[in-house]
Amino acid sequence: MTKKEYAKYVSEMEPKSPHLKNLILAFVIGGAICAFGELIMGLYQNLGATEENASALVSVTLIGLSALLTGFGLYNKIAKHAGAGTLVPITGFANSIASTAIEFKSEGFILGMCANMFKLAGPVLVMGVSASVLYGVILVLFM
Amino acid sequence: MKGTVILKNAPSIIGIGSVVGKSEWEGPLSGFFDEGIPDGRFGEKTWEQAESKFQKTALGYALGRAGIKEDDLSAVFSGDLLNQCTASSFSYRDNNVPFVGLYGACSTFVEGLSLAAMLVDSGLFGSPAAVCASSHFCTAERQYRNPLEYGGQRPQSAQRTVTGAGAVVIGKGAKDAPVATSVTIGSVVDSGISDANNMGATMAPAALSTLMKHFENTNTSPEDYDLIATGDLGEVGRKILVHLCSLEGVELGSNYIDCGCKMFDIEAQDMHSGASGAACSATVFAGYICKEMMKGTFRRVLFAGTGSLQSPLTVQQKETIPGVCHAICFERGA
Repeated sequence: MTKKEYAKYVSEMEPKSPHLKNLILAFVIGGAICAFGELIMGLYQNLGATEENASALVSVTLIGLSALLTGFGLYNKIAKHAGAGTLVPITGFANSIASTAIEFKSEGFILGMCANMFKLAGPVLVMGVSASVLYGVILVLFM
Repeated sequence: MKGTVILKNAPSIIGIGSVVGKSEWEGPLSGFFDEGIPDGRFGEKTWEQAESKFQKTALGYALGRAGIKEDDLSAVFSGDLLNQCTASSFSYRDNNVPFVGLYGACSTFVEGLSLAAMLVDSGLFGSPAAVCASSHFCTAERQYRNPLEYGGQRPQSAQRTVTGAGAVVIGKGAKDAPVATSVTIGSVVDSGISDANNMGATMAPAALSTLMKHFENTNTSPEDYDLIATGDLGEVGRKILVHLCSLEGVELGSNYIDCGCKMFDIEAQDMHSGASGAACSATVFAGYICKEMMKGTFRRVLFAGTGSLQSPLTVQQKETIPGVCHAICFERGA
């Protein structure tokens, strides 16, 4: 077999991910997280927060809960089934930072935990900041 | 005959030891391992120190069964999956055993077996040599993949790194011991596959190359062995190897197993494509295969450890993944 034929054979015979199951679970669990976000948004507004502040408080709450669940070793058990459902919302971002922080504790506080904390979240930060800069430049130039 | 060495002076296995982690102890081969350690840290501060302790403990069992001490060893051939193989080298800093550090990824154990058997056979080593390989799920994940608590999904072709260590002592003159009769040193075979989540596919071509070389050089075929065992091709790699062999006109029958497929109950323990790791072939060999050979279940065994030679860097650089496979034949009462 040539390498090309072998690659074709492997891609045909390797077990496929259960796409339908993954899609449904991602939709349901991701949707549930977002619905929960809406719920506590309303709660914070009822407690007197402005819409802007309530929005920030929702982010903080979801990040806090993700970090807590990561610390208790429960987050990845949910994520195994949820896939994109936990990865895409802000919960995924929080988990990527919390899990790396826990992992590199053994290498010390500064050079281990702090230096490595954004190893996985780095691309999100770089892309997010870059996109904002680009947007700002476009705004200034064309508006 | 290039690549195959016939051993004429009966280097034999005089001691075995296997120590595994929680999931492995709960698997179908549980009764064959010497000890299961439920605490992944084995009482140590870091996962890496725990892996060293697994090695020291497995070697302890092997030395005990051989009736010798560390000082009696001519050398220890040892390796693991960590950067700079520190789990191995750090295991031997408290004694004076001559240390040969090895890296063959998951083929490290068979690499050590081959070297030790050849050196004991040649008479260059006047006293027994030990072979030990370890891996640990937690040390492997943090080095090759993601933090343990990271919420990611793993594909169905992925394998789980075995936590544990396997050790043997090779010497002369033990009664009814498995005797090494031939060794085939494999070459690196690039599979053309770049998916690090399908290591079975990256290693199968190397396994094919070495097995064909061994059969040709020893003038044998699969039916001549009671057992042919590959190291950790997993469910996917196993099927690929059977297919590739049949394309060469060689049929691997019911006497062919893969250690990675035997380690776990894949369905019940949700282990996707099975086990991998340097300890996979080491513990299954030192636990299950050797014990069954000594009971008389298998008389002639071809043990072919396989290794997937990528590093986290090469994967990021989009390189393809080469594999390697070494094979050693053991016979009882040879």
